[in-house]
Amino acid sequence: MSFDSISEFFAMGGHGLYVWLSYAIALAILVLNIINPVMQKKKVLTDLARRLRREKST
Amino acid sequence: MSENKKWLPRWFFQLASPRWCYDITGKLLPGFVIAMLLLLVTGIVWALMFAPADYQQGNSFRIIYIHVPSAILAQSCYMLMAIAGAIGLIWKMKVADMVAKSCAPIGATIAIMALATGAIWGKPTWGSWWVWDARLTSMLILLFLYLGVIALHSAIENEVTAAQSAAVLSLVGLVNIPIIKYSVEWWNTLHQPATFKLTEKPAMPPEMWVPLLVMVIGFYCFFAVSLMLRLRNEILQRERRAGWVRELIEKQ
Repeated sequence: MSFDSISEFFAMGGHGLYVWLSYAIALAILVLNIINPVMQKKKVLTDLARRLRREKST
Repeated sequence: MSENKKWLPRWFFQLASPRWCYDITGKLLPGFVIAMLLLLVTGIVWALMFAPADYQQGNSFRIIYIHVPSAILAQSCYMLMAIAGAIGLIWKMKVADMVAKSCAPIGATIAIMALATGAIWGKPTWGSWWVWDARLTSMLILLFLYLGVIALHSAIENEVTAAQSAAVLSLVGLVNIPIIKYSVEWWNTLHQPATFKLTEKPAMPPEMWVPLLVMVIGFYCFFAVSLMLRLRNEILQRERRAGWVRELIEKQ
């Protein structure tokens, strides 16, 4: 461990704002890049299923 | 075709089949998801809690563990996008076009990550969020190239034409990659030189560069996962008229 206490860990030697802000941005971008295609897949599947049903009914 | 087959391996032709790609990425995904989670969680905990602080920069140095992997990935992703685009142009391979198209949004967001973490790191280290320095400017151009590719894909209705124009833009923009790499050597710059070089040992001690390496590999696994997810969506959408996609939709 490089830190003696939890408060020291959050303070990051006075650079807390910079460190935590960059990690928050990084995490947000990583999560977004996984969630977005997963949500998109659901949309693609429902769209294609609807299209297929429409083709069959006509 | 038969002559080509002699010097190109079989998997190269299998890659051309959207169905084969859809199946193989489906099989590879779980492994990459597990590797990504293990590496990124280990890497982040190691970077934030156990890696030593820099003797000059203190704890703001910990930003390196996301800044360097994102900068490396943004450039690798660009090279893959350009190579896939070239393969699509030369062999008219649909899957290569889809790979190139899927690379663009990932690369753009990762380039934003590299620029943002760099700006945040620059404030306590250089005293400024942004300087018009060669490395920073060429990285900003990389982001604009990604945005250009995305814009071409959304502006051109015809998928084939869109893929061709995007591939040409990516290939022209490829000249920017060596500029980014050598910018710290060619011009006077605030930016520090590369952390990892293939030919030399890193200048920092192992307690610092081992977690960085873990993060870099973790970022590549993340890229593989995100790219495969996007590619599979793209395959389903573009191959919607194919028999196997219809069967797949009916089954669920």
